[in-house]
Amino acid sequence: MSFPILSSLIILPIIGSLFLFFTKDNEGNNLTAKYVALFTTIVNFLISIYLWISFDQSTSNFQFIEDRTWIKGFINYKVGVDGISILFIILTTFITPLCIISVNNSVKNRLRDFLIAILIMESFMIGVFCALDLVVFYLFFEAGLIPMFLIIGIWGGPKRVYSAFKFFLYTLLGSVLMLVAIISIYWISGTTDVVKLYDIGIDVKYQNLLWLAFFSSFAVKTPMWPVHTWLPDAHVEAPTAGSVLLAAILLKMAGYGFIRFSLGLFPIASEVFTPLIYTLSVIAIIFTSLIALMQEDMKKLIAYSSVAHMGFVTLGIFTLQQQGIEGSIIQMISHGLVSAALFLTVGVVYDRMHSRLISTYGGLVSVIPKYSILFMLFALASLGLPGTSGFIGEFLILMGAFKDNILVAVLASLGVILGAAYILWLYKRVVFGKLINQDLKKIVDLNKSEYFILSCLAIPILFFGFYPDPLINTIEVSVTDLINMHNINIANK
Amino acid sequence: MEKLNLILPEIFISLSIMFLLVLGVFKKNSSKITFNLSLLAILITAIININETFSVNKETLFNESVIIDYMSSLMKTITLIGGLLVLIISSNYLKTLKIYNLEYPVLILSSMLGMMIMISSNDLIVFYLGLELQSLALYVLATYDRDQLKSSEAGLKYFVLSALSSGLLLYGCSLVYGFSGSTNFDIISNQLNSNEYVLTFGIVFILVGLAFKISAVPFHMWAPDVYEGSPTTVTLFFAIVPKIAALTVFIRFLYVPFLNLVDQWQMIIVFLSIASMVFGAVAAIGQTNIKRLIAYSSIGHIGYTLAGLATVSNEGIQSSIIYISIYVVMNFALFSCLLMLRRKDQYYENIDDLSGLSKNHPLLSICLLLILFSLAGIPPLAGFFAKFYVFKAVIEQSMYFLAIVGLLSTVVAAFYYLRIIKIIYFDKERDKYDTDHSLWLKFSLTVSTILILFYFIFPSQLIEVVSRINII
Repeated sequence: MSFPILSSLIILPIIGSLFLFFTKDNEGNNLTAKYVALFTTIVNFLISIYLWISFDQSTSNFQFIEDRTWIKGFINYKVGVDGISILFIILTTFITPLCIISVNNSVKNRLRDFLIAILIMESFMIGVFCALDLVVFYLFFEAGLIPMFLIIGIWGGPKRVYSAFKFFLYTLLGSVLMLVAIISIYWISGTTDVVKLYDIGIDVKYQNLLWLAFFSSFAVKTPMWPVHTWLPDAHVEAPTAGSVLLAAILLKMAGYGFIRFSLGLFPIASEVFTPLIYTLSVIAIIFTSLIALMQEDMKKLIAYSSVAHMGFVTLGIFTLQQQGIEGSIIQMISHGLVSAALFLTVGVVYDRMHSRLISTYGGLVSVIPKYSILFMLFALASLGLPGTSGFIGEFLILMGAFKDNILVAVLASLGVILGAAYILWLYKRVVFGKLINQDLKKIVDLNKSEYFILSCLAIPILFFGFYPDPLINTIEVSVTDLINMHNINIANK
Repeated sequence: MEKLNLILPEIFISLSIMFLLVLGVFKKNSSKITFNLSLLAILITAIININETFSVNKETLFNESVIIDYMSSLMKTITLIGGLLVLIISSNYLKTLKIYNLEYPVLILSSMLGMMIMISSNDLIVFYLGLELQSLALYVLATYDRDQLKSSEAGLKYFVLSALSSGLLLYGCSLVYGFSGSTNFDIISNQLNSNEYVLTFGIVFILVGLAFKISAVPFHMWAPDVYEGSPTTVTLFFAIVPKIAALTVFIRFLYVPFLNLVDQWQMIIVFLSIASMVFGAVAAIGQTNIKRLIAYSSIGHIGYTLAGLATVSNEGIQSSIIYISIYVVMNFALFSCLLMLRRKDQYYENIDDLSGLSKNHPLLSICLLLILFSLAGIPPLAGFFAKFYVFKAVIEQSMYFLAIVGLLSTVVAAFYYLRIIKIIYFDKERDKYDTDHSLWLKFSLTVSTILILFYFIFPSQLIEVVSRINII
């Protein structure tokens, strides 16, 4: 057995958090804690890059598999990556260090505990993306609730308690049905090992119910309309770094889950429920875009835009076309970068002005030009301007949708226009116009660390916008194989 | 010749009780030595028990009225460990309340003797004997802080209601005896296969009596008051030890004498289980006193344990036993935390007293956080696995309704656990608590929290321990 690279990715942040746990928590000056956390996450990022380099793109088999007996005769601890999951792992390890750099300004008290929570969160998220056993997946999926609950509840805004509870209970409620489904799969098929389940398949007569149980969990987490209401609350109240983690990575767990489990394990049920997903996705895209238009709180606006963007993702996944699924994955990666960047840009002005209301701002371009340029870039990436990574994802999804169902594609395209409307209007109100609020005159432009974080996010957004090949090459074989498997299953029905 | 070595644990513990009582007569100020000796006695009993009975497959004694099998040995060991833990962390608390007397360990030992007899019983009469022995000791324990009105009230309430349930139980026993012509479980099992209504009454009465002892809804009314009124360490004893014994008797009754009547009792158990899970979760939400809250939460946990019993499979029984073992550890850890909330000889037990605990006592708060999330059943903590095994067994029998109701009630239950965490972590801080706790208390909290946290690394061991239980 070779070096357990995936387990070390999972365990490393926990080791880092243990180190932090034993450092002294002196208020104010917590550079040591920050450096330890930063060091850990950067090492993790480097490992994941190494993982990507040594990843074999020509096969759809799972790689770097580790398989250990965990509960005898029942569950194995099994992890591994294929083209679909590896990108999410890199996204996680890429975003987390940026979060840690960004805490400088936003988290004032108990910095050490905050960093511990973020590190533990990171290892759970990596665990979700490489778990190859349903129970192991569920474990990581649910365990993430604990640190996130604390992040929102301890370091959040004024309504943090309500939001933390809503987040926790909503997600838990969605997930318990998935647990029933996982145990049922064990009794139906005799294993919870995903690779084996791909081979033997699941009895057709159970698929619909099982699919719905998984759907209940993923729909809440995605979040899909109408169970999306926890997201704006959680986003608004969470501290900036928490919102970034939530938007960039947590939401992707569900999209990933749809591809890996709903499509992979229940091909026939997925076919049956496609209209449901289409309807909900289209409603999400149009309805939440309209809601986003009306928001006065910047964070809330971006939160609703996340719901709309995730609507595109679910739509793309269930087109069951090569382009659609590839587009969804790229859209998720891109949204991970863009929404993180947008939350950070909002965080920047919030740290200075302590207001998230759009009406507080206006005319920022004349006082903080650097900020305005980067904000412009992220806003354009969010609406999917060609040349940014947002475009590639949306374009592929719509292409897939056109192949499958023209009406849905047309309606979804409407969402693109609305998306442009709310984000540009937001940008106009915040950055352009006259400088009315006198307090804004004293606002300072980006400091070094903020500049660094935002540029780190801007580079991949532009790079993958112009040259998406590295992403597409990585996922292509896996997606093709997934579609083939799906088609074979449908044909054998 | 009877194989008396098999009941050596019971013999030893009764001799110890007598010795301790005599010691108390002749020696003044013997509290401390009694405490230490009783700890030793329990330890030795546990060792004897493991040595003599663990390898026994199935043996009966005294005209088949006492049974020694793997389940009885295992459950006795868990009972003994539970009692040991309670005694270990009791002394400082009792000293503070000025009720550090020799009766306490003696009463605990005698109730444990009763439980061990219950666990080993294979006969209605032996069973009732053990049950009453443990109950009588428990009544006295509930009123142990006798100068406090609440404690006396708790004891009286417990006594009246418990006596009533014992009456029902006896009536049920007599009906069953009337139909089968014997008090021996094995003979009853062979005789009972008719569908007479009166027999159903007998079973129902017995189950009601047992449900009362483990405080399953709708026979739970005593639990919150007794839990709240009794001294905290006694509450801990109530919350963990008698439940183990009562659960074993429950298993024994259902799966030996009544096995042929599954159709008649399965619905009852499912109802008790669902009612306990739902009621325990909902009623705990409004509580302000931690001990009352624990009472409701333990009602809920008993619901999950019963869900395992309702499955009529060895898997289900094993999962119930795993559940109760993990539950013992979690509750013990929770009470250890509760005993740390002390300021100058005054113990605090309201939920609001936890407010902002995380700022002054970060380590204690982290322990509480883990324990509460574990009680709520959030992975990867031990409490999740307990629920997981139970639902695995339940779903194997395709009892989806029970599984879904159970899991939904965990969401409701999560709410009140989260509420405590919210108070600890999100609310304004209050004065510091004393930190000069006894070494035992700190030690037991640390060990139990570590067990809860790291259970997921070695989950197989516990399963292996219980997998030898094959009743059906």
